[in-house]
Amino acid sequence: MKIKSNIAISDNGFMFDPYSGDSYNLNATAVAIIKLLKEEKTRDEIIEDFVRKYDVDTFTFEQNLDDFLAMLNHYDLVEQSS
Amino acid sequence: MKKEKLNIAVTGLNNTDNPGPGIPVIRGLREAKSFEPRIIGLAYENLEPGIYMKDMVDKTYQIPYPKSGSDVFLDRIKYIHNRENLEVIIPNLDAELYTFIKAEYELKTLGIHTFLPTLQQFEERSKPNLNAFGEKYGIKVPKSKPIAGYTDIQNLQAEFDFPVLVKGKFYDAYLAYNNEQVINYFNKLSSKWGLPVIIQEFVRGTEVNVVALGDGKGTTIAAVPMRKQYITDKGKAWGGITIQDPNLLEITHNLIRKTQWRGAMELEMIKTIQGEYYLIEINPRIPAWVYLAVAAGQNIPEALVNLALGKKVKPFEKYEVGKMFIRYSFDMIGDISQFEKLSMTGEL
Repeated sequence: MKIKSNIAISDNGFMFDPYSGDSYNLNATAVAIIKLLKEEKTRDEIIEDFVRKYDVDTFTFEQNLDDFLAMLNHYDLVEQSS
Repeated sequence: MKKEKLNIAVTGLNNTDNPGPGIPVIRGLREAKSFEPRIIGLAYENLEPGIYMKDMVDKTYQIPYPKSGSDVFLDRIKYIHNRENLEVIIPNLDAELYTFIKAEYELKTLGIHTFLPTLQQFEERSKPNLNAFGEKYGIKVPKSKPIAGYTDIQNLQAEFDFPVLVKGKFYDAYLAYNNEQVINYFNKLSSKWGLPVIIQEFVRGTEVNVVALGDGKGTTIAAVPMRKQYITDKGKAWGGITIQDPNLLEITHNLIRKTQWRGAMELEMIKTIQGEYYLIEINPRIPAWVYLAVAAGQNIPEALVNLALGKKVKPFEKYEVGKMFIRYSFDMIGDISQFEKLSMTGEL
């Protein structure tokens, strides 16, 4: 999954989608995930990175991550793979 | 270099909660790099706020409503022209456009320039003709039907799924969920704007708008897309933001090329969740949010004046994405003497 290239995110978690004009306030966890997605990390790599760095178990994080990725897809913020 | 001085008349000074485009147009003209305008306001009502905005309007004249007849209307314009030597008029209200388009030649012989769509362009994009317009120019349009009486309303259920939009000939639209509501809105709209009233299929999605300017030869001189962020109970944008939407710009460029559109236009589109675009309306004039386009880098009022004067205008190639406008209300203080002067002499 790849975040659309011209979506802008500031360090304080404000994200702007220039296609729709929508903006979003992200928490620190969401910013960290988006940054990893921008680096083109895979879902598994993101899980590994989070479980290593933070006090969270794989199962819980997987569930939350999948919800978040589905939300990004719903708001049309990711490139659709052809 | 000294800028050329131009006398420009502008209508639509009704900067209310249902704003006319006059004041935003004037703001663009005041920021023009290619000329220095003297602004002559043309007002229909004594309390149009623009009349009292002295940093915007240099002099205001009252004009009669076009329904008073085109001779009365044109006589008043001629009187104003004799005093002010008008070089350009920018009409900004739907209800007056027909009169100005019809009078284009006569105005030109007086030395007054306009830059408006042709009568054919004006007619074919009108709400009752929108379906045929969509077919002719290959653009999706929600199914619409002009209605003129209660009998037409009885038959709607066979042709449309509810809810439907009930739209006035010039302005206003309501969402109706059943025949009773259609009758109610039909009465309201027909008494205000006349017949026909238009029934339009309701397409779900996000409303996106474009303000554009065509040179009359198929070239798009300016185009800026915007999404409304805050909408009043009258459906007017109280806040909006410029967006990057290549599909919407392509639709605009194609439409201006195919129609050879002359003058300004506002395209009102619905973008569905599937990414399809439906044209819901074309306003054949500058919209009230035009100052956002000026702020984003495309001074459409200035370009329109230069086109009206027959000057060559280079198409704008870019605009800033993420520029926002937020309207506000503000209490100006006036004096009864101003109101008296306008009421008694028709001038201020």
